[in-house]
Amino acid sequence: MVTFRLEERERTSYPLALISPLIAVFISLVLAGLLIILAGANPVQSYYELMKGAFGSKNAFAETLARATPIILTGLAASIAFRAKFWNIGAEGQLYFGALATTMFGTGLIVLPSILMIPFLFIMGALAGGLLLLPLVLLKLYYKVDEVVTTLLLNFVVVLLVSYLLEGPWKDPMSLGWPQGKSVVDSGILPQILAKTRLHLGFVIAVFTALSIWLIMNKTIIGYQIKSVGSNASAASHSGLPIFKTTLIVALFSGGMAGMAGVTETAGLKGYLTLDLSPGFGYAGIAVAMLANLNPLGVIFSGIFLASIYVGADAMSRAMNVPTYLADVIVGLTVLSILLSLIFINFKIKFIGNRDND
Amino acid sequence: MIEFFEIFLTAGFWAATIRIACPLILATLGEVLCERAGVLNLGIEGIMSIGAMVGWMTVFLGADLYTGILAALIIGGVFGLMHAIFTVYLGASQHVTGIGITMLASSLGFFIFKLILPASTTPPKIKPFQPIDIPFLSDLPFFGQALFQHTPFTYLAIVAVIFAFWLMNSTPLGLSIKMAGENPMALEAQGIDVFLVRTIAVVLGSAFMAVGGAYLTLSAFDAFYFGMINGRGWIAIALVIFASWKPERALLGALLFAGLDAYQVRAQQLAGAVIPYQFFLMMPFVLSIIAMIIAAKRTRYPKALLVPFRRGERH
Amino acid sequence: MENLLKVEKITKKFGNFFANHEINFEVRKGEVLAILGENGAGKTTLMNILFGHYTPDSGNVIFEGHKIDFGNTNSAIKLGIGMVHQHFTLAENLTVLENIMIGKQSIFSLSLPKKDARKKLLRLSEKYGLPINPDSMVTDLSVSEKQRLEILKTLFLDCKLLILDEPTAALTPQETEALFATVREMVELGLSVILISHKLNEILRVSDRIIVLRDGALVGEVNTNSAVRSEIAEMIVGKKIEYPKKQDVKRKSQYLQLTDISYKSLSFPAVQNINLTLSGGQILGIAGVAGNGQTTLAKLLSGHLKPSSGEVLFYENKKVNTSPKSFMNLGLAYIPEDRNSDGLVGEMEIWENVIMTEIDTPYFRNKFGWINKSKSFERATNLCNLYDVRMQSIRQPCRLLSGGNVQKLLLGRWLMRSPKIIIACQPTRGLDEGAIASIQKLLLQARAKGSGIVLISEDLDELLSISDDVAVMYKGALSEPINTEQTDKLSIGLMMAGEGF
Repeated sequence: MVTFRLEERERTSYPLALISPLIAVFISLVLAGLLIILAGANPVQSYYELMKGAFGSKNAFAETLARATPIILTGLAASIAFRAKFWNIGAEGQLYFGALATTMFGTGLIVLPSILMIPFLFIMGALAGGLLLLPLVLLKLYYKVDEVVTTLLLNFVVVLLVSYLLEGPWKDPMSLGWPQGKSVVDSGILPQILAKTRLHLGFVIAVFTALSIWLIMNKTIIGYQIKSVGSNASAASHSGLPIFKTTLIVALFSGGMAGMAGVTETAGLKGYLTLDLSPGFGYAGIAVAMLANLNPLGVIFSGIFLASIYVGADAMSRAMNVPTYLADVIVGLTVLSILLSLIFINFKIKFIGNRDND
Repeated sequence: MIEFFEIFLTAGFWAATIRIACPLILATLGEVLCERAGVLNLGIEGIMSIGAMVGWMTVFLGADLYTGILAALIIGGVFGLMHAIFTVYLGASQHVTGIGITMLASSLGFFIFKLILPASTTPPKIKPFQPIDIPFLSDLPFFGQALFQHTPFTYLAIVAVIFAFWLMNSTPLGLSIKMAGENPMALEAQGIDVFLVRTIAVVLGSAFMAVGGAYLTLSAFDAFYFGMINGRGWIAIALVIFASWKPERALLGALLFAGLDAYQVRAQQLAGAVIPYQFFLMMPFVLSIIAMIIAAKRTRYPKALLVPFRRGERH
Repeated sequence: MENLLKVEKITKKFGNFFANHEINFEVRKGEVLAILGENGAGKTTLMNILFGHYTPDSGNVIFEGHKIDFGNTNSAIKLGIGMVHQHFTLAENLTVLENIMIGKQSIFSLSLPKKDARKKLLRLSEKYGLPINPDSMVTDLSVSEKQRLEILKTLFLDCKLLILDEPTAALTPQETEALFATVREMVELGLSVILISHKLNEILRVSDRIIVLRDGALVGEVNTNSAVRSEIAEMIVGKKIEYPKKQDVKRKSQYLQLTDISYKSLSFPAVQNINLTLSGGQILGIAGVAGNGQTTLAKLLSGHLKPSSGEVLFYENKKVNTSPKSFMNLGLAYIPEDRNSDGLVGEMEIWENVIMTEIDTPYFRNKFGWINKSKSFERATNLCNLYDVRMQSIRQPCRLLSGGNVQKLLLGRWLMRSPKIIIACQPTRGLDEGAIASIQKLLLQARAKGSGIVLISEDLDELLSISDDVAVMYKGALSEPINTEQTDKLSIGLMMAGEGF
C-alpha cells in the first residue's frame, strides 16, 4: 500500500507563493475548458472571446473595472476577517445594508455639496455594514454562537428586508411599478472618471481602501493584533492581547467595507437601489480574498481578474453559445484550486511505500 | 384569534409540516454525519442544489424517479469525496473548502441545466412522486391525511433517520465516526484509519444532502429552478447545532422547524395583507439564528471538529 | 528465553536532528524491558516507530517473524503490539466499553457485539486485577482509571507486547505501586512489557532488563539484577547537568491573597474555597494529580477566569477587575500549561512574539503609532541572548523552535518585565534535562530578585527541590501549604490521593 504524508516546509518559498495564484487560475481555466468542450465550443477561442469582452475595448475595460469595484471591497472585507479567523460570510447582506443606508441618507434626507456628500454616504454605508455584523460578533464573543452560520443566514433576511422596502415604503413612485428605490441626489452620485463609460469614482476609492488596509495590516499595532489573534487566539490572549476588542474591530472593518460596496453600487453604478443590485458580489469577495492569499494589495488584482471573468463571460456566451454560468464555475474552481496550491506551498508531500529491506 | 389556533387542528397543516421537513431532515442528517466525524461541510447548500438538478434532470431525460434519487445520491457522494480529499487528506481549511464546493456545485448544476435546456423560459416539468395509498391507514380520519398520504420519498426520508440512528449507535463505523470527531488519535491508536473513516462519513453525509435537494424536485415540486434551495442548507447547519449532533434530535428539530414554517404560511393567509409577506419569509432564517442562540449555552461541539488530522506528526 | 520482538538498525530524523540513530535490541517473551533515558533521548520516538505511528528513515522491526508496516498502527496491532501513550488516546464522549470495542472488528461490519465485548472486558478486568465500570463515560474517569482503561484496551485487542510510555508521570506514588503490581502480574501471565521511563528508581524495582538511550542512540544494556545504580545513572546522563540549588532569600511582603475562591462551570473542573497567600521571594508549589483543578486555579490566578465567589487581592489589599490585562498590569506573569497552543503564536516571527506582551508600551511605537521595528528587533535579540534561546534568526517563525527554547522565550519575555508575581503552570513538562535545569534556574533567579512564584507541577521532585512550600490540590480543594523542609514525597503522595481532605 502506498500512502503519503504531508510535511510542513520549514520556510515558505516566496517565488512559489507568488506564482501559486497563477497556477490556481491556470488549473481552473483548464478544468472549465473541459466544460466548454462539453458545450461544443473551442476553449481557446472561447477564452479569447472572454478576454476580448473584458479588456478588448476602452468600454469593456472600463466595465471590468466598474465591476471590480464592489468585488474589491467585498474581497477586502473577507480578507481582513479571514486573517483574524473571523468567518464573515455575510458580505452580501452587509453590502445591501450599505445600499440601504445610501438610499436612506442619499435620496434627499440630507443634501450636502458633493465633496462632503460622497464621504458622508461612504461613512453611512460602512457604518450600516458594520452595524449589521455587530450583533453577530457580540453573539460570538459572549455566547460562542458560530458566526459562519449566522452571517450566512442573515444574508437572506437582509435581502428580504430590501425586497419589502422596495415594494413598500421605499418604493420610488416614479419607477413605473418596478421595485426600485428613489434616485440618489446629484451631489451624492459618484462622478464618472472615464468619459462615456460606467467607470466611476468608486473604483479609485476601492483601490485607496485596499492600500489603507495594507498599511493597517502591515504597519500598525491593530494589524499586528489581528494577525496574532487570527493565527493563535489563545496564545495571543495569554500574551495580553485583547481578543474581544480585536475581533470587534475586525468585524466592524469587515462589515464596513462590504457596506461600502453597497454605496459604490447604489451611488455609483446605478444611481438607485434595486433588488438585483448584487449578483453575489458578497460571495465573490471570498474567492477574491482567497486568490489574493488574503493580501489587501493582491485583492485589487484578483478583484479585477474575477470581474473580467464575469464581464467577459457575457461576451463569450453570446459569441460561443456557452452558458454564462461558466463564470461562476470558474470562480468556484478558483477557490478550490487556490487551496490546493496553498497546500503545496506550505507542505512537502512525502510518499510512503512498502519499503524493502534497506 | 381562534382561527390562528385552529390551524393546528387541520390535517393539512401536519401533512405540510412533514413535507417541508423532509429535505431538512435529509440535509441535517448529512451534516450530522460529517460533523460527527470532525468535518464541517459548508458545501451543503451547493450539494443540495446540484442534487436537486441532477435528480430532476435524470428523470426529465427519461429515467424513473428512483433512478433520479440514485443519481442525486451519486453526485452528492462525488462532491463529498472532493470535500474529503481537500479537508481530510490534505488538511485544507474546512470553511473555505466548503464555500468553494458550494460555489462550484451550484454553478456547475446551473451550467449543465442551461447546457441541456438552453432556451427554456418557463422551467419544464416532470411527473413527480405521487402520494401512495396505504390500505386502511390512509383512510383514517385526520391521521390518514396528516401521516399516511405521503409520497414514497417522504417515507424514505423517515427510513433515512432510522438508518442514521442505527449507523451511529449500533455499528462499528458509527462508533468510529464519533471517535474520529472527538479524538482521532484514539482511533488511530486502535489501528483504524482516521482518513478512511472521515472520508466515508463525508461522502455518505454529502450523499444525504444531495438526496435532500432531490426531494425538492422529485417530490415537493416538479421542476428545477435556480435558487430553489434558498438557504435550506444553511438552516440545516443551524439545526445540527440545535440537535446536538444526534440523528433523532435532527428529526425532531427539522419537524419543529417545518411546523413553524407551515404555520407561518397559513397564518400569513389569515393575516391577509396586514403583515408584508417578506416578514413571513424571513421567519425560517430568524428562527434558525434564534435556535442557535438558545442552543449555544449547552452546545458541546465535537472536540476535533475543524481540526485536520495529520498522520505521523510529531506531537 | 525466546525473542518476541527484534528492532534492527532503526534511524529516524526530524529535520537535521537524529531522534533515533541505528538502534538495535530485542524483547523476550515474558519479561519487562525498561527503556531508560532522559526527556528528549528518543524513547517516545522509538516507541512510536514500534507501534507504526512513525515511519523510520531506515531499519526494520520484526515481531514474531513478521515485519511491521510503518505509517499506520494497524499492522502492529494485528501482530499483537499494544501501546499506552503518555497522553491518553481516549474519546471522552464515549463509554469505557465503546472505547475498548473500537478496532476489534472491521469498520464495515454491520453489528456491534456489545454483549460479548462486555463479557470479555469483565473477564480481562478480573484476570489482571484492573477493576472498571464498562458503562462509565470516559470523561468521568480519574487519571488512574483512564490508564487502567488504556491497558485494558490493549489487552482487549489480544496484545502480546504492551508498551507503557512514561506511565507513572501523572500518578501518585501509591498508584504507581498498584500499576507495577499489575505489570508484574501481566508478565507472570506470559505477556511482555516495554516500560519507558526517565525515573531510574522505579525501573530498578520493576524491570528484568534495562536498555539506555541517550541523544537518540542506544548506549547500554544490562540485566536489572546485575545492574549497578550509579553506572546506569551515568549512562543516562552522559554529560553532567547541574541542577540549580535553592538559596536563602529574604521574604518580602504579601503579594497575593485568595480568600474563599470558588469556581464552577461546564468547561473546567470546579474548585471550591481556595485560600492561598503568596509573598515576594517565595515559591509556592502546587502538587496534585492532573485534573484536580490545577488548571482552573492557574486560570483564576492569571485573570483568565472569573471566580464564581471569593476575592483575589493584590499587594496591600488591592482589588482589580478580573482580566488577564489588568492582572498583567499589576506585574503578574503567567506561563500557561500548554505552551504549544497557549504560549507562542507559531506562525509569527520570534520578534513579533517577543513584543506581544509589550504592545501597549509607547517604546515600541514610532511617531505615527506604527510598530517600531528596529527597537523590536533589538529587544528580541537581547532577550534571546540573555535567556539563551537558540535560533537561527529573530525573523524565523516560532513554530520551528524546540520545546525548551519556546519555554525559555516565553519565560524570558515575562522576566524582561520584572514581574512581581509569576504563575508557572507545568513549566518543565516534556522538556529535556538541560532545558529543565535552565528553566528551574530562571525561576530561582526570579525568586532571588523578589518575585513571588506559584509553581504548579506534577513532578514531585521538582516541587520539593525548588519550592519553599507545597500545597496539594485534590478534587478542587487546596490544602494548607507545608514547608518543603518538613515533608517528603510519600506524604505529599498520600495527600494527592486524597488523604486529609
